[in-house]
Amino acid sequence: MTERSVSGGQSVGAVLRESLITGVVALLLFAPLTGVSLSGYTLEGHWQRPVWLAGWVVLGRFAFGWLRARGHLVGRLSGRPKAGSALLASWIEAHRTFLLLALCVVALILPWFIGKYWLNVAILAWIYVLLALGLNIVVGLAGLLDLGFVAFYAVGAYGYALGFKYLDLSFWAALPFGALLAACFGVMLGFPVLRMHGDYLAIVTLGFGEIIRLVLNNWMDFTGGPNGVRVPFPSFFGIEFGRKAQPGHVTVHEYFQVPFSNEYRDIFLYLLLMIVVGGLVFVIRRLRRMPLGRNWEALREDEIACRSLGIQPVTVKLSAFGLGAMTGGVGGVFFAASQGFVNPTSFTFMESAHILAIVILGGMGSTAGVIAAAVILTVLPEALRDFAEYRGLLFGCAMVLMMVWRPRGLMGARRARFDRSGVA
Amino acid sequence: MSFHILVQQVVNGLVLGSVYGLIAVGYTMVYGIIGMINFAHGDVYMIAAYLTAIFLAALTLLGIQSPPLLILLVLLLTMAFTALYGWSMERIAYKPLRHSTRLAPLISAIGMSLILQNYVRLSQGARSQGTPTLIQGSVRLFENGPDQFVQITYAQILIVVTAVIGMSLLWYWIQSTAMGRACRAVQQDRIMAALLGVDTDRVISVVFVLGASMAAVAGTLVTFNYGSFDFFIGFVIGIKAFTAAVLGGIGSLPGAMLGGLVLGLAESIFSGFVNTDYKDVFAFSLLVGVLIFRPSGLLGRPEVEKV
Repeated sequence: MTERSVSGGQSVGAVLRESLITGVVALLLFAPLTGVSLSGYTLEGHWQRPVWLAGWVVLGRFAFGWLRARGHLVGRLSGRPKAGSALLASWIEAHRTFLLLALCVVALILPWFIGKYWLNVAILAWIYVLLALGLNIVVGLAGLLDLGFVAFYAVGAYGYALGFKYLDLSFWAALPFGALLAACFGVMLGFPVLRMHGDYLAIVTLGFGEIIRLVLNNWMDFTGGPNGVRVPFPSFFGIEFGRKAQPGHVTVHEYFQVPFSNEYRDIFLYLLLMIVVGGLVFVIRRLRRMPLGRNWEALREDEIACRSLGIQPVTVKLSAFGLGAMTGGVGGVFFAASQGFVNPTSFTFMESAHILAIVILGGMGSTAGVIAAAVILTVLPEALRDFAEYRGLLFGCAMVLMMVWRPRGLMGARRARFDRSGVA
Repeated sequence: MSFHILVQQVVNGLVLGSVYGLIAVGYTMVYGIIGMINFAHGDVYMIAAYLTAIFLAALTLLGIQSPPLLILLVLLLTMAFTALYGWSMERIAYKPLRHSTRLAPLISAIGMSLILQNYVRLSQGARSQGTPTLIQGSVRLFENGPDQFVQITYAQILIVVTAVIGMSLLWYWIQSTAMGRACRAVQQDRIMAALLGVDTDRVISVVFVLGASMAAVAGTLVTFNYGSFDFFIGFVIGIKAFTAAVLGGIGSLPGAMLGGLVLGLAESIFSGFVNTDYKDVFAFSLLVGVLIFRPSGLLGRPEVEKV
């Protein structure tokens, strides 16, 4: 009975009527934009497209309304996990160490067998894991919406590329250099900006990301503009991966007495990325138990209460922002190293949105969720090449649906949060 | 620094500024009423540009030839359909989030923006599209030799005139009708307005409809003037219009118009006298600067944070 009253107790007829109204609206919406397509100054008709789309909308709306009228969706919509997922969570909890070890072993063995193409995909997946973990510190833990995260990624990538071009920096020197440079940019931007309210912060970071990209694109003399910059491949502590070494150096296959393969370089990057991600996960775990990490989460929940308890909001936020930026910078250096070439088209807003989608789908604040989402969202589009066209559309739908259905992510952060609705 | 270039850039700036103002109205009204940045508003403008081209082609196919009639019909049709997009967007992506966390509507809006862009890209193709020139001709002022003149096209005049008419109607509507009064009440205090019997959900829907139709006016006019568009045009113009809204003081309607004009003038004078490549960098820097140094804008009141 209570469920019926929560859902408004609609009858099937009412649901049907609503679905039909929705269908008419959908038909009106879809008719001009999908029913015809512009070709030159005239039109091509595709009359079946809006009808199909509207039909699906009616079906979906009806199914949703019908289930809701029968009370099936009440628990889910209010965000309470079902018993099944709780059982799974407790099982995972009980076998944590074993599962982690198994995953690590699989991840270690994987690069030797999957071939060049999938190896590159795997490296990209690791880079996204790194980026998403960095953004997760900023968005998930500190609650600062950063829409220009790609700026720090670009700073790291270009830090390596231009560092090599002008200062002859090696990969190993570029790694701390790119990280520091990105952190400096983060602090420089963050210091004046972090006083602002959440939404303004989002827009300023978005503007900043675009400024960085446009400058990289337009400053031909220094950055090479849209032509990009060539980046050297990293070396294995001074030992090179090429087929032939430069004078005075040895190559990896000569050093280890194995036949030459150009996969070694990628496997090396893959394993290095794994170590970096492992280190980052460890740091984040520790930070969350430290006063600094607790301050981040406290500030996310209630800034005014924190201020009245003597927490300095700007310093605390700045540390999160700087740390996130640094991670982005490291991701950028790895990206440049794995691609061998950087240009500004890799650093558009779409990229920021992609990383943000990963963090949101993984559940803001949840490390495991974010890692899983990064891997899935990078590997899945590669596996389903036919659906690559629909990637942006699906990301958009996922973001909206997640916010409506489960704002805390598929897995959600592990720590229980203060629930306002019970008090105010 | 010649006089003619300056005047020409001021004219271009006014035209650009009216367009920014028209779009900024949508940002400022939504922000004023529910305190969220409607990130997808720029893409509503993009939808309007596509609808304009589609309706123009359809009406031409139906045999309507007279340009004034075509312009009027296309404008009205585009406004109606874009408004429907605005209304549905609010229903689907924002209304269920009324009581969610502060960041949720913004993230949902970013998702909506991705949806609209990809929806148009998939249904209309990724390459840029165009419309035939409908309004030809121009007037020349201060003519003083072969390269020494200030040119104002009739399309530019149409943009400014329509923008002024649209803004005036909106202003009249907000100030003098019952619904407009409800809008102002909801902006001042949503809970109190609801207690006094104002249907806040309806007001919010109306605001989205109005914002979308204003963006539609901008989209139609720019398409008539400029003739070329693609699925990504909403992004940059959206950020710039948001800059205009912030510049004028977000939440304030005259502020949005003023901010639009100031931004349009500043940008076009910058690109006329300094550098065209960096005009977007200039606009975004202006946004960052305004938010840092004067977040309440030119006409806005500082936001007081309450527990």
